Amino acid sequence: MSSLVKNIIRFFLFILVQVFVLDKIPPLHRLITPYLYFIFILWLPFNMPRLSLTLVGFLYGLTLDYFLYTPGLHAAACTLVAYARPFIINILIARESTEFNYIEPSITAMGFTPYAVYILILTFLHNSYIVFLEWLRFPNFWYFLGKVLATTGVSFLLAMITEMLFYRKQRFRTNTA
Amino acid sequence: MRNVILFIRRYFNFVFFLILQVIALMMLFRYNKYHEAAFMGVAMEITGSFDARYNTIENFLRLKKTNEQLAAENERLKNRLRQDFAAPDSSKQVVLDSIRIDSLQQYRKYLYLSAKVIGNSTSSQTNFITIHRGSRQGVQRDMAVLSSTGVVGTVVTVSNNMASVMSILHRQSRISASLFRTGETGTIEWDGKDPQFITLKNIPKSVQVKKGDTVITSKYSDKFPPGQFIGFVEEVANDPSSNFYSLKLRTATNFFNVQYVNVVANLQKDEQESLEKATQQKQ
Repeated sequence: MSSLVKNIIRFFLFILVQVFVLDKIPPLHRLITPYLYFIFILWLPFNMPRLSLTLVGFLYGLTLDYFLYTPGLHAAACTLVAYARPFIINILIARESTEFNYIEPSITAMGFTPYAVYILILTFLHNSYIVFLEWLRFPNFWYFLGKVLATTGVSFLLAMITEMLFYRKQRFRTNTA
Repeated sequence: MRNVILFIRRYFNFVFFLILQVIALMMLFRYNKYHEAAFMGVAMEITGSFDARYNTIENFLRLKKTNEQLAAENERLKNRLRQDFAAPDSSKQVVLDSIRIDSLQQYRKYLYLSAKVIGNSTSSQTNFITIHRGSRQGVQRDMAVLSSTGVVGTVVTVSNNMASVMSILHRQSRISASLFRTGETGTIEWDGKDPQFITLKNIPKSVQVKKGDTVITSKYSDKFPPGQFIGFVEEVANDPSSNFYSLKLRTATNFFNVQYVNVVANLQKDEQESLEKATQQKQ
């Protein structure tokens, strides 16, 4: 299956899971809405141009927004995640050649610890931005802090579990292929 | 000028990112103000069809509860029938037409339109309900929405076949309410925390409020028909710094399993509005 088809399927799958499963759960401890959908952006191929990555992030967030009646909220957060992604990858992977050996970020491609850090940073970024936008409208500092930390923890766990449950088989790319 | 173009070309990624951010934030903050956003009507038709499909499953699983609610509502309505009341003095007979029906229907004030709920959220601080009835079926903006047990919210966006309802579990929802027993009027708000409880404010402390008191829609609301259940007093918080109570209410509607609602149109609203506007202009 080509990378494009795979990502198009993932696009709809993650949106539907977020809208009809995770968003139907009553908030845990009245604070935590588990977010998983943005993992789609984290799984996009390494060699995607920065510009289209940002655009895909925006459109992806907007699609979710129309389902949840919050136009702009998730779009803003997804754009931020998509824009920040290349910077984080550049910091985390020390590489000598300019080519990546694998197509997408995963445990096999990056190693467990760098991958976990990669997920954690972007999850934190995504959740703090979303809660921050909420906070701008209804200020309450302790609520803000608690919600950011709790939501990030749950989302991070969910993302790592998803990664381990649904093993993505990836070919090692060589120069000859 | 050349430097500016060079700068933009060099940082084009960043500029593009900023533009998208600004678009997203504009949508977000405009939506809060006017409750409508770019393409929301069109998008609602598409997302609504997904919701409707999901709802067919959910609906089936909750049939039993819906049935019980309908039976309870029927019982309540049947108990209001005139034939159930008999005066002991049989020599007098009171005859009263309770409903005046004439060909022009000029006495009707409220018209009830039944609608099916196909989308519902209780988990965010800004909760909306989607119903499968839209402008083609007579739903308009600002109409009241009631469930079989109590108040649900107000219609904010309408597309051809669907409508989006801001439920009272929305941080910006304000509804005029009054105590059933004594008649004092206050405002219903939601603090965004627990979807089972709402707050009634501006009730003066001179009133004796007890736990379990009923709160109904007030007679001064131009959307809601008077006397509809909103909630029941759960806790009377005594705030010494204020002359007003802040009452914690349990909602009359169970927002977790609302299945069918009634959209209520106030047919005399336009006349009332134009009269009030004319009065204000005279001053």
